[in-house]
Amino acid sequence: MSFLVNHCVGSLGSMRPLQAPLRAFARFLSVDPNDCSFPGAKTRYTDSLEFAETKETIPTYRVLDHSGSIVNKSYDDSQIPKEDAIQLHKNMLMLNTLDIILLNAQRQGRVPFHMTHYGEEATVVGSAYPLKADDEIFAQYREVGVLLQRGMTLEQIMATQFGTKEDTGKGRQMPMHFGSKKLGFHMISSPLATQMPHASGAGYALRLSGKKNVVVCYFGDGAASEGDFHASLNMAATRGAQTLFFCRNNGFAISTPTSEQFKGDGIASRGFGYGIPSIRVDGNDMLAVIEVTKKARDLTIERKGPVLIEAMSYRRGHHSTSDDSSLYRSKEEIEFWEKEKNPIKRFEQYLIGKGWWTEAESESFSKEVRSKTLQLVSKAELEEKPHLSELFKDVYDEIPPNLRVQQKELVEHLKIHGDRYPSNVPWDGME
Amino acid sequence: MLTSTLNGFLQTHGFGERLLSASVSALTLEEAMKGEKKKINLYQAVNNALDIALSTDDKAVVFGEDVGFGGVFRCTMGLKDKYGGERVFNTPITEQGIVGFGIGMAALGYTPIAEIQFADYIFPAFDQIVNEAAKFRYRSGNMENCGGLTIRAPCGAVGHGGHYHSQSVEGFFAHQPGLKIVIPRSAIQAKGLLLSAIRDPNPTLFFEPKILYRSSVELVPDADYMIPLGKAEVVKSGKDVTVVGWGTQVHVLQEACDMAEKDGISCELIDLRTIMPWDQETVEDSVRKTGRLVVAHEETKTAGFGAEIAAHIQDRCFLHLESPIQRVAGLDTPFPLIFEKFYLPDKFKCYEAIKRAVNY
Repeated sequence: MSFLVNHCVGSLGSMRPLQAPLRAFARFLSVDPNDCSFPGAKTRYTDSLEFAETKETIPTYRVLDHSGSIVNKSYDDSQIPKEDAIQLHKNMLMLNTLDIILLNAQRQGRVPFHMTHYGEEATVVGSAYPLKADDEIFAQYREVGVLLQRGMTLEQIMATQFGTKEDTGKGRQMPMHFGSKKLGFHMISSPLATQMPHASGAGYALRLSGKKNVVVCYFGDGAASEGDFHASLNMAATRGAQTLFFCRNNGFAISTPTSEQFKGDGIASRGFGYGIPSIRVDGNDMLAVIEVTKKARDLTIERKGPVLIEAMSYRRGHHSTSDDSSLYRSKEEIEFWEKEKNPIKRFEQYLIGKGWWTEAESESFSKEVRSKTLQLVSKAELEEKPHLSELFKDVYDEIPPNLRVQQKELVEHLKIHGDRYPSNVPWDGME
Repeated sequence: MLTSTLNGFLQTHGFGERLLSASVSALTLEEAMKGEKKKINLYQAVNNALDIALSTDDKAVVFGEDVGFGGVFRCTMGLKDKYGGERVFNTPITEQGIVGFGIGMAALGYTPIAEIQFADYIFPAFDQIVNEAAKFRYRSGNMENCGGLTIRAPCGAVGHGGHYHSQSVEGFFAHQPGLKIVIPRSAIQAKGLLLSAIRDPNPTLFFEPKILYRSSVELVPDADYMIPLGKAEVVKSGKDVTVVGWGTQVHVLQEACDMAEKDGISCELIDLRTIMPWDQETVEDSVRKTGRLVVAHEETKTAGFGAEIAAHIQDRCFLHLESPIQRVAGLDTPFPLIFEKFYLPDKFKCYEAIKRAVNY
C-alpha cells in the first residue's frame, strides 16, 4: 500500500515539471512556419533534395602573364619601387644559386642533407616582402627565400647547414632547420603541420596584446592533410587569431601527387568551411604573390581573424637530397615548368621590360653569389662544431640531476676512449 | 617595471622569454600554513590556484573543452566571469589543437594553462607534447622556449571509468626529456604544486587524480604559495621499508602502511610528487636507511614508472638492499570496468608487497 501511495505521489510530483515542456511546445506552435533556426547553423529550408557540391573552382589571381607583361589592368605598377624590385630578384637568384651549390655539396658528401626551392622562389621571396619586421613566422622547411628577404646572411645559412658553433640551433637539428629570433622566424621542426596550431596560438597572443601584426604560417599542400591543419584553422577562426595561413601548393608531397592528396578544390576551398576568407594566387608571379599577401595581411589585422592564401606553383627539384623524383614524374614535365613557367625568368622579363635590369646582370650577380657561397662552404666545413656540453644543455632551463650524472659518465668514458669519437667536437673543460 | 620596459625594448619578437616576477611574492607552504586557511576540496584548490595565476600574471590564459562554464569537474568555475572570455575560454574539441595553440602562445611569452578533459584523451596531443613542447627549447638552441605552457588533465581510477576515464599516463611522458610531470595527492599539495607548474620555465604536465576532486578536503591556505617541483616528500618516516607512490596511491599506501605497522613493520612513506625529473636523492637516502623498497602505481606494471625507480635504486643502492624491490601496479591490461577492484594495486596487495619485502 505504502508503495502505491509513494508511487502515486511520485507520479503526481512529476506532473509539475511536465508543465514547462508543454509550455515550450505551445510556444513553438506559434512560430513562423518557415523559421529554420537551429543552434548549429544559420540555414533555410528547401524542398529540393540536393547534395551540395563545388560547382566552380576558385580562380588563380595573377598580375603578370607567362612572359612577364602586366595583364591585370587594375594593378598599380608604382607600388614596388625599383630598388625593392631588384632586391627581390637578387634574392631569388641568390636562393637559386645557394640551392645549386648546397645540392652539389650534399652529392659530394660535404653536407648531410639539403632541400631546394626550384620553382617556388617567387612564392617564398615575394610573400616575405609585404611583411613587417615584427611579424612572426612559423614555417615548414622550404622557405629559405623568406629568410633571405628578411635579411639572413649566407654566413648564417652555412652555420645551420654545416652545424657549426655559430648555428642558432647549436648543431642539434638537421640542415634546413632554421630559426632566428632577430628575424622573427621561429625554429623549424621536421614533424609536418605541427607549427600550424602554434601559429594559431601565437596569432591569438598578438590579438590579446593589441599588436597590429600578423603571424604567418607556411605549409605545403601535403602537410594540409595532417590533423594539425584542421585543428589550427578551426582554432584560429573560432578564437579570432591574427594568423595568415600561407600554403605552398607545389603539386607534390615527396612522390604523392595532389590527386592522391585530396579530392576537393585544392586547399583554398577548405578555408570557407572554417569561415576563413581565402584566396588562390599564382605562386610563380612575384607581383601577384606580393599584392595578395599584402592584402591578406591587412585583412588579418582589420578583421582580427585568420586569412588563407594558397599559392600555386610546381616543385621542380627533388623533394630533398634523399629523393629521386625521376621515379615518379617525367623529365619533360620538369623541363616544361622550367622553360614555360619559371618564376625567376618571369620576373626578370618584367624587370627587363621596365628597363631596370638585364640578363647579363643576372648572370654576373649569380656568379658573384656562387663564388662567395663556395668560399663560405669551404670555410664552414672547417669550422669548429659546438662544444659537447651543448648536448646536455637546454633540455630544460637547467640541467636536471639525472642528466648531470649522464654527462659525467660520458666524460669519464671519453677520458678512456676519446680517440674513438669525432675530433671536431671539443669537450675540454667538461666534468 | 624597469625590467618589463627593458625587456620590451630589447625584444621585437616575443619568443617565450618569461618574466617570472609573479612568483616573487609567493610564500612557501610552511609560511602559508601560518596564515588564513579555508576548508576546501581538491577541485576548489585547483580553482583557487588558477585564480591566483590569472590575477598575478596578466599573460596567463586558461582554456580547453568546456572550461568556460566552469569545467566538467568544476575546476574553472567563476574564472570566465572574473577574467573575461578572452583569458578563460572554450576551445573546439581538438586536443592536438589545444596543446599546439598553447605552445604558440607560450612561444610569444604568454602563460597558457591548457586543460585536457581526461588524461585518457591526451594522446591526440602526444605529437605536440613529445615532438614539439618537449623539444622546443633544445632544438632552438635556447633561442625560444614554450616554458609558459602547463597542461592540466584529470587522471586515474574513479570507480567506474572503464577504459577511457581511468588511465594513468605519466609513464608515456616520463620517457620524454624536456617535460616536467607533476601529480598531487591532496588539496593543499594541488594548489602549491599547480602554481609551481604554471610558473616553472618548462612545459609541465599536471595530472589531477579525479577521485580526489571532491574527496580530498583540507584546510588550504588562502595565500599564494608554491611547493617546489622535483622534490619528493617523506610523508611518514620509518626504518624497515621504504614505500613510494604518488597521487591517490599515496593514500592507498598509507592504509597499507597502517596495516603493516600493526604487524610491527615500520614503513617510510614517500610521495614522489614530481615524476620528472624525479627526486632520486630522497628515495636513495631512504632505501639506504631501510634496505627495502616497495613502489606502487595505478598505471600498468610493464614499463610503468615504477620500473624506472626500481632499476635506478638497484643500481645506486645495491649493497644496501636486503630484498628484491617490490612493484605493485595496475595489471598489464586495458583499464577494466567491472573488474576495477581486482585490477587496482589496492591496500591489500600493497600490504602483501610490504610483507614480502620485509620477510624475504
